[in-house]
Amino acid sequence: MSPLNAYLLLSALLFSIGLAGVLTRRNAILVLIGIELMLNAANLNFIAFWRYGPNPAALTGIMFAIFSIAIAAAEAAVGLGIILAVYRHTKTTDLDQLNSMKG
Amino acid sequence: MTLFFLIAAALTIVGTAAAMSLRNPIHCILSLTLGLVGLAVLYLQLGAQFVGFTQVLVYVGAVAILAVFAIMMTRSAGSPQQPAFSRSWLSGSAVAVVVFAVLAWAISSALPSTKIVPPQPAVSVNQIGDALMHKFALPLEIIGLLLTAALIGAVIVAMPERRETP
Amino acid sequence: MDWIVKNLWLVPALPILAGAIIALAKQRHRVFAASLAIASMAVSFFLSLGAFVHVLSLGHGESVRQSFNFNWFQFGNEWLKLGWILDPLTAVMLLMVTFVGLLVFIFSIGYMADDKNFTRFFCFLALFAGAMLGVVIANSLLLLFMCWEVVGLTSYLLIGFWYANPRAAAAAKKAFLVTRIGDLAFFLGMAWLYSQTGTLLFFDGGAGCLEHSALTALVTHTTIFGLTISTGIALLIFCGAAGKSGQLPLHVWLPDAMEGPTPVSALIHAATMVAAGVFLIARIYPLMSAHIASLSVLTPTVALQVVTWVGACTALFGALVAVAQYDIKRILAYSTVSQLGYMMMGLGVGGVSVGMFHLITHAFFKSLLFLGAGSVIHGCSGEQDIRHMGGLRKFMPLTFAAYTCGMLALCGFPLFAGFWSKDEILHAAFAYSLTRVPFYMGAFGALLTAFYMTRQLFYVFVGASNRPAAPQDFAHEEPAAIEHGHHAPHESPAVMTMPLVILAVFAVLLGFMGTPLWPWFQSFLDGEHVIFSFAPFTAALPLMLVSSLLVFLGLGLGWLLYGRKPIEDCEAPDALEQVQPHIFSVLEHAFYVDQLYDATIVRLNTWAALLCDWLDRWIWNGAVQTFSHLVLALAWLDNFFDINVVNAGFDAGCQTVSRGSRTLSLLQAGRIQGYLRMIGLALIVLVIFMLWGARA
Repeated sequence: MSPLNAYLLLSALLFSIGLAGVLTRRNAILVLIGIELMLNAANLNFIAFWRYGPNPAALTGIMFAIFSIAIAAAEAAVGLGIILAVYRHTKTTDLDQLNSMKG
Repeated sequence: MTLFFLIAAALTIVGTAAAMSLRNPIHCILSLTLGLVGLAVLYLQLGAQFVGFTQVLVYVGAVAILAVFAIMMTRSAGSPQQPAFSRSWLSGSAVAVVVFAVLAWAISSALPSTKIVPPQPAVSVNQIGDALMHKFALPLEIIGLLLTAALIGAVIVAMPERRETP
Repeated sequence: MDWIVKNLWLVPALPILAGAIIALAKQRHRVFAASLAIASMAVSFFLSLGAFVHVLSLGHGESVRQSFNFNWFQFGNEWLKLGWILDPLTAVMLLMVTFVGLLVFIFSIGYMADDKNFTRFFCFLALFAGAMLGVVIANSLLLLFMCWEVVGLTSYLLIGFWYANPRAAAAAKKAFLVTRIGDLAFFLGMAWLYSQTGTLLFFDGGAGCLEHSALTALVTHTTIFGLTISTGIALLIFCGAAGKSGQLPLHVWLPDAMEGPTPVSALIHAATMVAAGVFLIARIYPLMSAHIASLSVLTPTVALQVVTWVGACTALFGALVAVAQYDIKRILAYSTVSQLGYMMMGLGVGGVSVGMFHLITHAFFKSLLFLGAGSVIHGCSGEQDIRHMGGLRKFMPLTFAAYTCGMLALCGFPLFAGFWSKDEILHAAFAYSLTRVPFYMGAFGALLTAFYMTRQLFYVFVGASNRPAAPQDFAHEEPAAIEHGHHAPHESPAVMTMPLVILAVFAVLLGFMGTPLWPWFQSFLDGEHVIFSFAPFTAALPLMLVSSLLVFLGLGLGWLLYGRKPIEDCEAPDALEQVQPHIFSVLEHAFYVDQLYDATIVRLNTWAALLCDWLDRWIWNGAVQTFSHLVLALAWLDNFFDINVVNAGFDAGCQTVSRGSRTLSLLQAGRIQGYLRMIGLALIVLVIFMLWGARA
């Protein structure tokens, strides 16, 4: 297996772990962390492709990863703010209990 | 190389797996930090030093801390009494497993396994800065705008509701 | 065109207008109603006088006839024209109708003074007068027919004036229906005439239906029984005249029409309306006497022969029946029937002037007799049976004097008006080329006339008073009965006796305008110069003596049976009845004609009406009911379908949708992680799909 494959497989594994966390954890904050993990996995993908790709001099992979990190940070901040607001309202972060949108 | 890769990979996997499965949320975040550091090591291994350092600075230094703060602020109910995993954790895990299977299959069937390794590209911060200022100037500005909006938005969302004075 | 001819329409229009205005007035406006009616009649009288003078001034010949025609309305390519005509016939009729009408109006003021419906009476009278004058001046058969119908209508209204009395209502209905039968034939004749000649105007500058070209066309063609078309039309129109003038088969309404108030009987059923039939025949005389070229002018046409025979039979019949009547007005009614027969006979044997002369004189003395009878009834507080009167000459001398004048005129006493006119008829009948039988019938009728009038005179005016002590069964509603009670008979007020006197003067003197010595009336009507000469007088002298003899014979017989011994007992049978009870009974019941009609035609009609009712009730009604039930069943089916199928289907559909949506909404658990799982699965599906596609 080539190094690129290895990195891609690793990133896929990280992605799945993050997804598993998102789909199964009760705490909303941990779900957010899971989402961050998935973003990180994607970052790893970018860097791997930059390193083993055809044109590393264009720095596209690095740029994308940098921007992705910036966005992920901003998103984490806003998401946690929302969770805090919801917690203030309903006194819980349990996602199983936050089902007032049910039809 | 391969060994370093394997160690770093193992570190990352262990950290993130623990982050997603531990009971205590604080423990989760701390494991997450470990995982993120492992990722930074991998970036360094891949030759993207700047990204690795940025990863540590931003993720470990800011996001994880922020998460810890958030957990602490929402734990006024005491130690977690309710179970950590949701009622239907099985279907969630099944979906994740299936996703991994599909992705792995896609990866293994898509790329040819070659052993030819391109040379390590030498990239300096100078070049990154140059690129940011020239080629990626617009995305940079947009990111700046986005961060501003996120800042303001987070403040407003998390602001306690003002009560009208009677 | 002279002013009077152009505005001749005012003569009928004014009374009609007065009638219309009175119809709007209230019952208490009696003075207004009466004065308006009399004023309109007076103006019409003066206009008629003017017309008469105008015709006098025109000289003789064809120029004497003046007409005014106008287009009424257009249908298809043709115009229907109407118009009026002023000729000697019109002029004398106008004068007679307006004058006698005026006198009757004045009489009615006194007669109907106690009646609640005084205003309504004058309204109907004015309407009648206007319509009758319309009949007189009409130059178009259609206009004549329209006014004819209005005359019939007002006659109905006036006969049934006291409509609460069932006998009066029945009599009005009978009059209308019987004249309707005649009018139907009249209408058929009119339609036939129109179809043959294309015009209904009498005189239209050569194009009218009574003028030469139209008549020759009508005479040349023949129809059923070998009659000419002119004869056919003439006979149909004669049926209408027979109905209106009470000729033999259609006379049954006239005696019953006496249920109406006496002024009505005087005006309508003596002088004017019943004379309308005679006038109609006189008007269309050219049509009736139109000959085919081969026939000699002296041979009468079939139409005129029919007229003669019907007239003669009616004259005799009326006289026979009048002999046995006990109601004062019924005697006069049958007398009118008889005299109308004389008029028709006169038209048939002698021509227009002969018949019209008797019509004019008859109008005066018959209305005089009726008004006199009215005065008697008024004075006797509603009594109409002559057996319950008697010796009234002591109480009502003026009425007695006037009545006697009228009675002598009717009998044909020498030198009175009736003598001259009836003699003309008898003279023409004697000279009738075909047969002498009408003459014999007329002569016998004259004898009977004298007899029954004498009988009536003696019963009513002479002898002891036979008023019974017990109250009578006043089934009639003569106004005097309610108010006056059982007073002794008294003379009527001046407003009632004045017209009697005026009419009496005319009854005596009017005949002198048509004597054989100086036949001014006949020449005036015929459009010739009048010649004063003794020759016709001497030629007529033998016949005059014969008729005078007959009159004296009748008077004598009457005096013999009724005058020698004053009638003491009002319940005793009539003198004739004692001699010949069976014949008397037959005469009293008017030869059972009414009963015959009742048993045949009326019964048939009733049966037909019952059949129609049965049909209507069961067949047509049944069909309608069936149809409606069908529709109801359809509606019920529709309703059932609507509720159970459409509604149910719709409801089921809606329920399915809502159940489905309820089921689907279960998917929305409100839990984020559930949604995320879905997204994950969808991602997997997408990736597999893309990879598969790439692989292929």
